[in-house]
Amino acid sequence: MARDSQATFESVERALGGVKPLGARQQVINFGDRIFYVIAKSFAVVVILLTVLLVADLVRGAWESIGRFGLRFLVGTTWDPVAREFSTLPTVIGTLVKGFIALLLAVPVSFGSAIFICFYTPRWLRPVISYPIELLAGIPSIIFGMWGLFAMVPVIRVVQVWLKANFGWFFLFNGPAVYGVGVLSGSIILFIMVTPIITAISKEILLTVPRAQIEGMLALGSTKWEAIWKVALPYSRIGLFGAVILGLGRAVGETMAVTMVGGNSFALIHSLFDPVHSMASQIASEFSEATYSLYVSSLIYVGLVLFGITILISLLAQFLIWKISKGKLALLD
Amino acid sequence: MDRHFRFRKFIEWATWFGMLGCISVSVFFLVGILGYVLVHGAGYIDWEFLTAMPVPAGETGGGIANALVGSFLVVAVAGLMALPIGIGAAIFINEFPSHGFGHTVRFLAEVLTGVPSIVVGLFAYALVVIPSGGFSALSGSVAYAFIMVPIILISAHEALRLVPDSLREASLALGIPKWRTIMGVVLPVSSRALVTGAVLAISRALGEAAPMLFTAFGNSFWNVNLTKPVATVPLLIYTYATGPYEDWHQKAWAASFVLLLVVLFTSVLTRAFLRSKSNE
Repeated sequence: MARDSQATFESVERALGGVKPLGARQQVINFGDRIFYVIAKSFAVVVILLTVLLVADLVRGAWESIGRFGLRFLVGTTWDPVAREFSTLPTVIGTLVKGFIALLLAVPVSFGSAIFICFYTPRWLRPVISYPIELLAGIPSIIFGMWGLFAMVPVIRVVQVWLKANFGWFFLFNGPAVYGVGVLSGSIILFIMVTPIITAISKEILLTVPRAQIEGMLALGSTKWEAIWKVALPYSRIGLFGAVILGLGRAVGETMAVTMVGGNSFALIHSLFDPVHSMASQIASEFSEATYSLYVSSLIYVGLVLFGITILISLLAQFLIWKISKGKLALLD
Repeated sequence: MDRHFRFRKFIEWATWFGMLGCISVSVFFLVGILGYVLVHGAGYIDWEFLTAMPVPAGETGGGIANALVGSFLVVAVAGLMALPIGIGAAIFINEFPSHGFGHTVRFLAEVLTGVPSIVVGLFAYALVVIPSGGFSALSGSVAYAFIMVPIILISAHEALRLVPDSLREASLALGIPKWRTIMGVVLPVSSRALVTGAVLAISRALGEAAPMLFTAFGNSFWNVNLTKPVATVPLLIYTYATGPYEDWHQKAWAASFVLLLVVLFTSVLTRAFLRSKSNE
């Protein structure tokens, strides 16, 4: 790393008794170097510009709707293109509820998988076992959506009808069961999609637990599970929490699969079976129908809110994961 | 003491089986999805499907040639935009360390990987589609490029980090300017990991449908003009899968099979690539 070469220069400098080695003074004086520096730097500036442009363009696109509805947009419950009245609370709730149910299912499964791979699998076998999970992460969202619509929803419809018939008195099961698409279907497809992501990151985080601590526990006579439960998990809890938050971010921003199985209707949810929009699915399914500028602008406003929520989630996750891995971990799924 | 010990042993076994169960959940869904796509899609694939144009709804036959070419076109142009930005910025971060700036760029890249693809689509819509007055393949490329840049940047940065300093110093000590050192020593040494990152970004973009909804938009005709709407495979799958015709569903499965084959093939390939590297 170039930072280290700087350190090398400094140690050479010390060894020479204060005489600066040539390299330290002549770092960027070559003409070609200067041009190269400017080019490389401009590409880095482009990345910053892109980020700024992203925010600016979303705000500009949503400006008409922001001016019209302001913050009322976030708490209102009407989405009426005919009356030109827009607000987004039910979709925000729909999105978050689906995300949380997905996490409720995904967290134990992912942690179980990650612990198994890290602590119960010999090193040579680890890639073999984590490979299917990585493959699952690589499947495009649209294919999850198709599989969900044609293979999963019919099964869920049967389960829902049964649940309603037998436990219909329970408010969560007292909804339109025969659609099949809805909160439950959306949550389950999200669960399948975020599990590999949370597993991959928690695996990396669990690998940062010092081996000596676990071996210490084992030497004291604990079982392997006791060592994991009492040493490894407490040690890495912040990072694991970060992994979960990151999974939530992915679940909240997921579009195609949820559009296909979430059941797209704009309403406050009352049960697990209600069809409901996510923010992303509302944008995806209504954008082509938006016939006047305030409608388009309101959809972009929904996008801006979605962007804000995912950015908050992702910043939190970055911070937590960075904290545990001391910046050593690259977040690429 | 003995009973207590047996209880602890039991917990150990129970958790072991529980965790094995967790792994099998993922494996179950993987096999379920791959199997379902294989069964429903593979039989429909023939030469005609890959090379013919779509036919009007209701007629059987026809293919997805325009979507295959469209996907290729949009992703290729996106790659041309994203590769220099991603790799150039990574070179800057790693080879010209600056206190705040480099860290900021790297941090932003990590944040950008978390931006939902539908929001990226809205961005491309506001940036390109509105000013240019219509949907176009180019706006789709901009959206894909935006998805690809942070992935390429982060993987390239990690790749450059792994290049040993001794190589840079050896080159500099021979009096070779820094830029020649980077182009002639650092990049070739890390080329394999750079290619892997680029392929990863491309395969990720290939499967994205959401940003195409209001950028490339889709097209039932042949088009290689960047300023006109163009069909892409993920978008075609969405249209066909949510449509009312049984024949469309068939075609959606077949197109999913093709897409899955391409995406998983690149993933397996890059993995093999990386492994042969780590064996060296």
